[in-house]
Amino acid sequence: MSDDAISDYYSDEEMEYNYSDPEQDGDDADLENEEEEDYAQFTPAVLGKRPLPWEVEYESLEPDKLREIVNKDVEHVAGIFGVEPEIARALLRHYKWNKERLIEQYMDGPERVLAAAGLPAQSGLPSFSNSRSLAATKKPATKSKSFSCPICASTQPGESAMALPCGHTFCSECWEMYITSKIKDEGECDVRCMEEGCAIRIPTAWMKKLLDSHTYARYQELLLAAYVADNRNFEFCPFPSCDLTVMTPNFSPTPSALSTTVPTVHCGHGHTFCFGCGEQQDHRPLICAVVKMWLRKCADDSETANWIKSNTKECPKCVSTIEKNGGCNHMTCKKCKHEFCWVCMGPWTEHGTAWYNCNRYDEKAGVDARDAQSRSRASLERYLHYYNRYANHEQSARLDRELYAKTEKKMEEMQIASELTWIEVQFAKRAVDELVRCRTTLKWTYAMAFYLEKNNETIMFEDNQRDLERAVEELSELLESPIEPMTITELRSKMTNLTVYVQKRNEIMLNDTAQKYQDGAWIWNVSVPDF
Amino acid sequence: MATILTKRLNKELREMQTHGLPTGITIVRADDLSEWLLSVEVLGNTLYEGEKFCLRFEFPHNYPIDSPAVTFVADDKWTAPVHPHVYSNGHICASILGPEWSPVLSVVSVCLTLQSMLASCTSKQRPPDNDKYVSHAPRNPKNTRFHYDDDTV
Ligand SMILES: [Zn+2]
Ligand SMILES: [Zn+2]
Ligand SMILES: [Zn+2]
Ligand SMILES: [Zn+2]
Repeated sequence: MSDDAISDYYSDEEMEYNYSDPEQDGDDADLENEEEEDYAQFTPAVLGKRPLPWEVEYESLEPDKLREIVNKDVEHVAGIFGVEPEIARALLRHYKWNKERLIEQYMDGPERVLAAAGLPAQSGLPSFSNSRSLAATKKPATKSKSFSCPICASTQPGESAMALPCGHTFCSECWEMYITSKIKDEGECDVRCMEEGCAIRIPTAWMKKLLDSHTYARYQELLLAAYVADNRNFEFCPFPSCDLTVMTPNFSPTPSALSTTVPTVHCGHGHTFCFGCGEQQDHRPLICAVVKMWLRKCADDSETANWIKSNTKECPKCVSTIEKNGGCNHMTCKKCKHEFCWVCMGPWTEHGTAWYNCNRYDEKAGVDARDAQSRSRASLERYLHYYNRYANHEQSARLDRELYAKTEKKMEEMQIASELTWIEVQFAKRAVDELVRCRTTLKWTYAMAFYLEKNNETIMFEDNQRDLERAVEELSELLESPIEPMTITELRSKMTNLTVYVQKRNEIMLNDTAQKYQDGAWIWNVSVPDF
Repeated sequence: MATILTKRLNKELREMQTHGLPTGITIVRADDLSEWLLSVEVLGNTLYEGEKFCLRFEFPHNYPIDSPAVTFVADDKWTAPVHPHVYSNGHICASILGPEWSPVLSVVSVCLTLQSMLASCTSKQRPPDNDKYVSHAPRNPKNTRFHYDDDTV
């Protein structure tokens, strides 16, 4: 019975699955610590905790934990079929880790399934135990003393010949070069026989025997990468040098799921990314497909819009140059003391009471446009209105952080001088983290508004946007206020309250947009392709 | 020490000299180990009757582990055959030159495969995306990821 034979052939396998690369673990450790400090605290929707309506459940996995999960799948199938783990793994690979389909078809006809996956079939093959001994001891495939390898055209001692179960025999050096080239140059972990058209797989035992340790480690990496690529519920963290994987057990990023959900996740090292499109930021509340459109548009129009990004502007009253050095949009000209809004350049006095002027684009101007030239101008102005605010929040988030970095030192000094504990002086850090998070939301709401068809929902949307923006600017301004030992207690309670409020406004925004995606209430003013 | 490339090409050359080449295939130039030229004619009653083409083989350092870069020469002397899998710059879309390459294949076996690809052609035309491809193609066809939709080549 050949099941036994197969088992024999691949029996070197079991221990492979616990493989870990100690060298790599060591290398990454330093980097992680450095990066970690730069990232905001986050409240992950970790497994077990019920996710909020605008979140997906996920878990961040260390490489070892990922291997464990893969092995569990492998062992499950190996147990059902009564085969060696490596056979089960190759079968699962071939079926793109669709366990149900594999089990169904294997039960129907194991021979066909094995052959399709490049595994030795049941008859007409050389003895497996013989092949195994070849793999293990490199005994000659033929009885002759010397062996001529058709690939490298060299005559070699018989013991260098190695044959797969298909009987195709080549010298060990050629096998090694071939497998190494497939793994290193082509990033291929499913290496098959070198004979033309032969689909028999190279067993892992051969990899282990023939490859140098570096290539073998790469092979192990590729196996995991193939698993993650085949599984919709797994994604590698896209941040360079991060080796974590995120799993979303109850969410598959199908085009239809991504048309209503933005699956923002955080790896265990604090990297935020989108599980749907891999964007290295939280792009809620805008869905992946529209984010992609927007980013492409911004890249195309960058020339036109570049001036907005600039850090300096002129005071609308006295025309002296003003540099923005914090995130707050409330500007006061040093020279003439004129107060104005950085984004719309209008007087600040109007913003205190009626902020609406700044977040809502006046479509009427566009409607009034009569000729083609003014229509195209109106369309550019409409784009600039949204782009301006989008870019501003992006820039402000960075400036808020920079400002905080300066403040932080002062806070430390103050902690020493005052009665406050270290925990108690963290309020500014919490504020800036929340601020950055909310500015990211705001940023994407402007890209979203650009593509939204005006209706009753968008009025509510813009109201929420305005409320969040107003709260954000207030907090940003508070962050710029001088920190003195005399007033720190008051500042602390004010900032803490405002942080809580801002966080609540952000949740309202995210909750409302998520809800309306579910209800199908958002109408785009362009056709949005599936992601 | 002789490399695998040297040993293998010397053997292929030796075999061509002792056993001769298949009908319709001749060596144009094979005097060094980096580039060979072979001419291919499709004999018998085919769409390419009376035409002669030239194949250029460029060998990577680890040939035959890695596949050679094979193109039809397209210059003032030679033209690439008009065929649905051959671009006017001479690049060939054939899976044996890409993912299906096997180290047991040789210069002669590649020539034979391409000869039969031409022989079985039923309609002389360029690939539908010829102009677009040729204007952006990398010099080395191995840097192109062809989409193989035809199992016959
Ligand atoms: Zn060899
Ligand atoms: Zn084989
Ligand atoms: Zn990460
Ligand atoms: Zn996304």
